This record gives sequence, structure tokens and C-alpha cells, in this order.
Amino acid sequence: MKIEILGMGCPKCNQVEKTTKQIVSEMALDAEVVKVTDIKKIASYGAPMTPGVVIDGKLVHSDGTVPDKARLTTLIVNALASQD
Amino acid sequence: MFKPIADWLVYELIGLSPENRLGEALNFFIWDTMKIFFMMLVVIFMVSYVRSYLPPQRVRRFLSQKLPVVGNIFAAGIGVATPFCTCSAIPLFIGFIEAGVPLGVTFSFLVSAPMVNEVALILLIALVGWKVALIYLGTGLVVAVVSGLVIGWLRPDRFLQDHVRNIHFGEVEEKQWSQRERLRYAVAYTRDILKRIWLFIVIGIAVGAFIHGYIPGDIILRFSSQSTLWGVPTAVLLGVPLYAGAAGAIPIVTALLEKGLPLGTALAFLMAVTALSLPEFIILRQVMKTRLILIFAGILTVSIILTGYLFNFVV
Repeated sequence: MKIEILGMGCPKCNQVEKTTKQIVSEMALDAEVVKVTDIKKIASYGAPMTPGVVIDGKLVHSDGTVPDKARLTTLIVNALASQD
Repeated sequence: MFKPIADWLVYELIGLSPENRLGEALNFFIWDTMKIFFMMLVVIFMVSYVRSYLPPQRVRRFLSQKLPVVGNIFAAGIGVATPFCTCSAIPLFIGFIEAGVPLGVTFSFLVSAPMVNEVALILLIALVGWKVALIYLGTGLVVAVVSGLVIGWLRPDRFLQDHVRNIHFGEVEEKQWSQRERLRYAVAYTRDILKRIWLFIVIGIAVGAFIHGYIPGDIILRFSSQSTLWGVPTAVLLGVPLYAGAAGAIPIVTALLEKGLPLGTALAFLMAVTALSLPEFIILRQVMKTRLILIFAGILTVSIILTGYLFNFVV
């Protein structure tokens, strides 16, 4: 699993990255967390607002809010479920 | 509704007298804090619920119809209900450009989105009253529309960074939100905003309550009668570095209004706090050449100062 955090370096986006890494290590997931700061790449995912979250190439969060731990966990679990 | 609770807390529970200055300031602080947070909760929740019907894709499509003037007015209007932070500026901006929204219209949005928003309006209604809140809303929209029109007239497309035109948005299917998702979004957004601004507001109200209780009533009149002309530009300059604490600036300005700060100076200060932000200009550097950012900041500054003078000297 590859989780990408879209954001151009604002504190909110860094926070999302931190929380995601925390979840990955707590759930002992085999996942790579990558921060994407290049605007071309952010746009190519179609994210209208940052922070955005992309899991395995699919944009799952970009509504302008900062996803908290519970929300991120749900997003990750949903992505895992759709994999199987 | 919150006044009796504040009275009970300060005068009964803590046992301060209403004639005591500390008692009065504390009472004012508790009353304001409860009133404001209650209104914040209700209004931010409602605005974000309504906003779930206005996804960026729809806004983009709507603004790309290229209606002169009307487009600027719509852009400024949509800006009022749109979440905005410096981090979101760039993707939104590029999305607009790619969808063919005229740059002048985009600027009207870029001005109105941070300057006129539900948080500022709630604070003004709760602390100063409907009239000033409406004046702020009205002049804010006018400043946004006018700045956008002037910038549009300067043909600003030449001042975009060259790579901007080569950025393309990926197609995302517009998902249909269920009621449940809309409510989830509204709750998440309300919590997000409150988490970010509550401390600023509490500090702002505390300073406001202090001014209310301790600063003599005519202090500003004494100070500003000597510097009426410089009051507005000074207020604008002071406002620029305060961007992060916009929510906290309002309660302080309110208390100062009560002590004789001219309305125009107060409006100019609040607009400068919310609309002129150095971090945002630095982020915009990634898509605009410095000259365009300077034009943008310049036009905005001039319109804010003019608004201040208008209310100080004309109205």
C-alpha cells in the first residue's frame, strides 16, 4: 500500500503526514507514506484543496478539512477492504 | 441567555461585586466567550453544511462562464462561503485558470475568500451588532469586486509563472454526497476551524474585556484627534503581520471601537488583518510573477485605505 499526502508544506499537511505515519506503525501496516509537494503532481490527482490523501493512486480525501486520526484510520481501512 | 450564567459565576460563585472592576471585566469576558462560542458552533456548522452543496468543481464551472462584472460579483459572493487558507490557495487558483475563469474574477475570489467569512461576521454581529457586520460584509465585497476588476483590466495573464499553463488537473468524478457525508463534513469542518482559532478568540476576548474594564473611555479620542489622517494607513500596516490571529483581532477592535476608535480605521484594520498576508503572498509566488503579486497587494492596500477614509470622513 502506498499512501501519499498532498500538500505544499503547510503545517496542516505536515500534521496529516505525522498522524498517518503513526497509524501505519500502530497497525503494523505494510505501507509507504510519501509526502507530495509538487503542485503538478497534486493537480494530476485532481485534488481541489489540500491537505489531500491519496491511497494507491486514488484520491480519498480533499475536502479542505484536516483529517483526524479516526478519519484517516477509516480511509485506510476502507482502502484495505476494497483491495481484497 | 448567557448573561445570567456569567452573573452567577462571577458574582455568586466567585463572589466579586458588580461594582468591582475585576468583577465587571471577568463577567464581560465569560459572557462574551460563551455567547461567541455558541454562535460559532451553530453558524460554522450551518455554513459548512450548505457548502457541501458547493464543491470546487461546481464553483469552477460556474465562474468559467466569463460574465464581465457579474462574474466578479459572483466570485466575491462565493468567496464568503468558501473555506480558504493559504495552503489551499494554489490548487484552487490553478483549477480556476485551467477551467478558463478570467484572472480578474479569480482575484475577486482570492480577496473575498479570506476577508469576508462567517467567522469574522459572527464575531462582529456578536460583539458590535448587525449594522457594523453588514457594513463589513458590504464593503468587503465591494473591495473584492473592484480589486478584481482593476486587476482584470491590467491583462495580468502575462504575469503568471510560465509553468502554470502546463499544469493539468486530473479528472475526478464528482461524487454524490449522502446526507450522512454532508453532516460528517460539517462536523469535521466546524471542529477544524474551532480547534485552529479558539485560543486566538479567547485571548482576543480577554484583551477586549481588559480594555473594556480598565482603559479610560476617551483615550483613543485623545490619541486619534491628533492623527486622523495617519490612523487608517497605520492600522493597515499594523494589520499585515497579524494574519494568523485574525479571529482574535476582532474582539480587541470591538473594545477599541467602544473607546472611540473611528469605524473606518477599525474596518481598514480588520480587512488588512484578514486579506493582506505575507505567507499567502509568498505561496502565490509559485504561480505568479512577483510583479503581479505586488500589483495585487498594492491594489488591495489602496482599496482598504480608501474604505477606511470613506467611513471616517464621508459617512
